[in-house]
Amino acid sequence: MNLIEWANPSRFLALSARVLAWLIPATLLVFAAAGVQAYLAPDDYQQGATVKIMFIHVPAAWLGIFAWVLMSAAALGTLVWRHPLADVAAKAAAPIGAAFTLMCLLTGSLWGRPMWGTYWVWDARLTSVLVLFLMYLGVIALWQTIEDPTRAARIAAVFTLVGAINIPIIKFSVDWWNTLHQSASVLRLDGSTIHVSIRVPLLAMIAAFTLLFLTLQIAAMRNEILRRRLRTMLMLQADAASGP
Amino acid sequence: MSAVTELFIRDLRLAVRVGGGALMGVVFFLVLVALIPFAIGPDLALLARIGPAILWLGALLATLLGFDRLLTADHEDGSLDLILMARMPVEIAIMVKALAHWLTTGLPLVVVAPLLGILLNLEPQATGAVALTLLAGTPALTFIGTIGAALTVALRRGGLLLAILVLPLNIPVLIFGVAASNAALVGPMPFGTPLTILCALSLMSAVIGPFAAALALRQGLD
Repeated sequence: MNLIEWANPSRFLALSARVLAWLIPATLLVFAAAGVQAYLAPDDYQQGATVKIMFIHVPAAWLGIFAWVLMSAAALGTLVWRHPLADVAAKAAAPIGAAFTLMCLLTGSLWGRPMWGTYWVWDARLTSVLVLFLMYLGVIALWQTIEDPTRAARIAAVFTLVGAINIPIIKFSVDWWNTLHQSASVLRLDGSTIHVSIRVPLLAMIAAFTLLFLTLQIAAMRNEILRRRLRTMLMLQADAASGP
Repeated sequence: MSAVTELFIRDLRLAVRVGGGALMGVVFFLVLVALIPFAIGPDLALLARIGPAILWLGALLATLLGFDRLLTADHEDGSLDLILMARMPVEIAIMVKALAHWLTTGLPLVVVAPLLGILLNLEPQATGAVALTLLAGTPALTFIGTIGAALTVALRRGGLLLAILVLPLNIPVLIFGVAASNAALVGPMPFGTPLTILCALSLMSAVIGPFAAALALRQGLD
């Protein structure tokens, strides 16, 4: 199954309906399983029960970054291969990514108050994630401001690729600068540093959130295709009404 | 004269004519710096401490305001189409236009900054340092803003959107500009380190800016 088979919008609508039929129950199941594991996970010896904010904060952060990477891949699909559904994917992913990034910032802020004594600090990790959120707002504004969807797609694609420079900055910010935010402990070259009793529920929650993202993304893409069809039909109707 | 030189001189001429708006950035810079003490009070010690930051923010905002005459003005009267259809590579054309834009918008800001430093009670050494960092950093502001100008070229009211798109990309320039100014004031970091990074940012954006802007123009205007 290569990507070009998904290019036909009608075919995509049919295929995605079938995918969503099992994806939604799978998401709910994995969330239930991960939620139970998170509930039963032990308290941290230092942070107590507040460590469990991590089970929402880390998946939200991962998905906020992943959404921009997905948008960058879609941007390449638009600019290089002119794939018809690439811009639909990019437009659908932007608000979802923005929402997850906002959730990451808010949960992190609530976690920081008891842990660090402050809601916010201008260190490298927090600042670069805030910049990512601002760029999400910028690309959503671009989509809203340019009327023609095809032109808007290409302009947004260029901006997405330019903004992709922020992603490695976010990932490596805790290594390059002396930050208040803790350094990487899950994805490190010399192995993870979290204890397995917390690492397994964390990975389960990450899986659950990723399935949620995929569900929302596919549903949003379906909506966008239908929205464009509606727009075309309205334009045709207006054209016929004003015709000879 | 080659086409590149012609385009350069055309842009310079248009900028200094009536309606060119070249020196409006300077006036805005002055108004902004005059406004700050009304907001934070006339405490001279405080103004001297945050003086470099005020000058940098003023230069950044003044640069942002000048961007509609870079590409949108040409798009509105049709000359952008001629420039895109010419044999000269679009990237070169945009680089030349951005360079002319910096000479007429960014460089006046650098020249005026020492005078405004007096308004902010900056010492001569600090003022010189800030002016030098502005000289190294305003090209980066111009070239990065060129990307935003190309993205919003066909929008009639794209000014605010341009600011939203460009300001996050300008953050590294701002960080290193103020770091260099403060390094000259209080140390202990040597002044040369952030200044060199600022020069590097300007040189990198001089390449990346026109290429990204050319891509945006090609994709957005057909």
